[in-house]
Amino acid sequence: MLTLTGVCAAVSVLALFLILGYLVVRGGASLNWAFFTRLPVPVGEVGGGMANAIVGSAKLLLFATLVGVPIGFLGAIYLAEFSGSKMAFVVRYAADLLNGVPSIVIGIFAYALAVLPFKQFSTLAGGFALGLMMIPITLRSTEEFLRSVPNSLREGAMALGASKWKMIATVIVPAAYRGILTAILLAFARVAGETAPLIFTAFGNNYWSAGWTQPTASLPVTIYNYALSPYEDWHRQAWAGGLVLLGLILMINIVARGILSRGISVSRS
Amino acid sequence: MATASTSLPSAGPVSGSRSFLSRLRDGDEIARLITFVFAATVVLISILLVLELWHDSVLPRHKFGLGFFRTTTWNPVEGDFGALPFIYGTLVTAAVALFIAVPLGIGAAIFLAELAPPRVSDTLEFFIDLLAAVPSVIYGVLGIFIVVPLMRQYIAPSLKSILGFLPLFRGPAYGLSFLTAGIVLAIMIIPYIISVSREVLLSVPRDQREAALAVGSTRWESTWKVVVPFARSGIMGSIFLALARSLGETMAVAMVIGNDPKISASLLAPGYSIAAVIANELAEATSELHTQSLIELGLVLFLLTFVLNGLARILIVVTSQRGAGRARA
Amino acid sequence: MASVRPAVPVNIPPTATTTPRESNATLSMRMTISKVNFFYGSKQSLFDINMGIATNKVTALIGPSGCGKSTLLRTLNRMHETVSNARLEGEILLDGQNILKQDVTAHRRRVGMVFQRPNPFPKSIFDNVAYGLRINGSKAPIAEAVEKSLRHAALWDEVKDHLHKSAYELSGGQQQRLCIARALAVEPEVLLLDEPCSALDPISTAKIEELLVQLKDLCTIVIVTHNMQQAARVSDFTAFLLIGQLIEFSPTPQLFTTPGDPRTEAYITGRFG
Repeated sequence: MLTLTGVCAAVSVLALFLILGYLVVRGGASLNWAFFTRLPVPVGEVGGGMANAIVGSAKLLLFATLVGVPIGFLGAIYLAEFSGSKMAFVVRYAADLLNGVPSIVIGIFAYALAVLPFKQFSTLAGGFALGLMMIPITLRSTEEFLRSVPNSLREGAMALGASKWKMIATVIVPAAYRGILTAILLAFARVAGETAPLIFTAFGNNYWSAGWTQPTASLPVTIYNYALSPYEDWHRQAWAGGLVLLGLILMINIVARGILSRGISVSRS
Repeated sequence: MATASTSLPSAGPVSGSRSFLSRLRDGDEIARLITFVFAATVVLISILLVLELWHDSVLPRHKFGLGFFRTTTWNPVEGDFGALPFIYGTLVTAAVALFIAVPLGIGAAIFLAELAPPRVSDTLEFFIDLLAAVPSVIYGVLGIFIVVPLMRQYIAPSLKSILGFLPLFRGPAYGLSFLTAGIVLAIMIIPYIISVSREVLLSVPRDQREAALAVGSTRWESTWKVVVPFARSGIMGSIFLALARSLGETMAVAMVIGNDPKISASLLAPGYSIAAVIANELAEATSELHTQSLIELGLVLFLLTFVLNGLARILIVVTSQRGAGRARA
Repeated sequence: MASVRPAVPVNIPPTATTTPRESNATLSMRMTISKVNFFYGSKQSLFDINMGIATNKVTALIGPSGCGKSTLLRTLNRMHETVSNARLEGEILLDGQNILKQDVTAHRRRVGMVFQRPNPFPKSIFDNVAYGLRINGSKAPIAEAVEKSLRHAALWDEVKDHLHKSAYELSGGQQQRLCIARALAVEPEVLLLDEPCSALDPISTAKIEELLVQLKDLCTIVIVTHNMQQAARVSDFTAFLLIGQLIEFSPTPQLFTTPGDPRTEAYITGRFG
């Protein structure tokens, strides 16, 4: 039985390496300077790139972070330091609900709120959808890490005459900063790969997207479109894009876990 | 699990006698207000989401009522919409995925929690967590270029020749099918089953294992006959979570299921899922009824995952409370 | 049953056991506790406490577990207000003003506290000591103030070359002295210590006891201790509490050699505790 279950575990882990392997083999060769710097070229021509998708993803993620992180972070401070148990239950329930909503449904919500009224797809709408997805991850993790700071530190700060918000800002948050940073990074990595909500919010764009109110290409959506197309060159680029996307996401995950494993800042004595 | 804020609610006495404005000048009250607003925003967003889904699906609800769930036609041109093919496809692919992923996942979780040395367990868990981080579209790419050809050239023909007497494995198989989607989904949900089940198993109190070993069970017997049954609610919870995940999964399924809104008995036939049709059609829906029918599908999906997630959490909590109760006694 | 010795009046008459230096002086009271009753919800844990804390002296609060000595200590810097169902009745005066009517954060700068387990912040040694100064927007040059406090806490020589190391790299006894330095940095008038040595080894304990005797000149000290020998060693006045009541309060040598109440005698001779 040991071997049977061990095989199960091995197969599961093997999947990861197979995925990475395939991406590296099929996509690695297509990674060149043109990939990163050039716009898509008309079908039939060779040599286009995903520059607009990469920049588009960066803009989307920037806006998503600006939307999701403050709400998650400050909401978590409320939960951990100020709220009573009834409000805390309600907020947590709402966050868990939001977390369990399939990303396509979040996309519908963002579509109804940010696309339909303006009759236009936009970077803001896409970023909004992604930001909504970042909220629950940031909130729950940050709350956990704030709570894990021992009460003795809170008492110590208050005994020195710190008011509550000063105590939070100068002692609690700095003590929990590793966990909070990790939470933000993991939330970021999670939404960086999301495709479904972007399909009808940011939509897509074959050219550069000016400003924030135009539709924009993004790495995941472009990969999706290229993979479904019948063109060999686009398939090649889909692999390359997949490698870049996965590489980025895995790197962020590994860094985030590394930050955390260096220890949460709690007293060792 | 703590429910309220930590036991230091204020720097000084909270006196209702001061006016709101004078309390506002106090930095703590401002901080409380600001953070409250942000926390309340989360609640507001979730309420708005449900309201919006309900509000923007009013047309098909009035026009089709419950018939929406019994009709198999999906005809944007004639304005006739029925959810049945999509619900069918969603459930079938999820069932296939669970069929493959649950034994593998629970087996792996048992190995990691009970049988493997801690360092091996932690290292493998690290990789499993990374697997969970792989985005759906990447699975879709692998699905299209690797699983679909494999299905078409090797898997489907073998299944047809060996199991073709079953209606499940009949008919033409071009690679894009329920089965393909189920296989890809299975790989996607395995990490969730493993992590949650592993945690649940690890939370079973030591004394349970020790009691079993003390009466002479082998390691395997104590695991399979004592620990796993003790944790069975939590493991069920992990299955529900994985199910909720697979119901809502969009991209990978959309890329390999075939996008054909038909109900077929054969797993080798193409089909469609709720999430896939929304992804494919919402941006270019031809009419208000079309859009709202898609949104009603989204509402259905939301309700399904909401119930499953809720049940899952209850089941997981049940196991951990059993553990805590035992430990106290 | 013998009557409980009344609380110390504002002027303590000199007795034969006070030190010669004080024999002709009347002591001033930095803090006065009058008619204090304390409740956690409906459960009362302090009953009609009346006592004075003498300026620049060490006052010890002793008594068995659960007698209310820590509860009483924590009222002196209003830390009881951090618990939601805690209620205080009565008056506590600091230099004649009722502390319960002051701004609480300002009050806590005047009455500092050192806790049972050392609780330095996850910051450097320097930043720990400087914390109180910085959050109060002190205009004083910080580095000098930090050095001064560390010297008062008898820690300077051990850490002067390592000020930017994490406080957690210090030993338990050093961390506790760091917490004392941190509390002293804001120049409190009163320093409260809640069983400060109970988590420390004997050598660290001795160092801190030595320190307390020297710190009297800087500020008034109130210490809660379950160690009677410690109370006898370091304090000038000792209060014995039992089940929330103040049983006896006298100059330390007197309480330990000729206790007035049989319950005090029973406790200090170890018949219960």
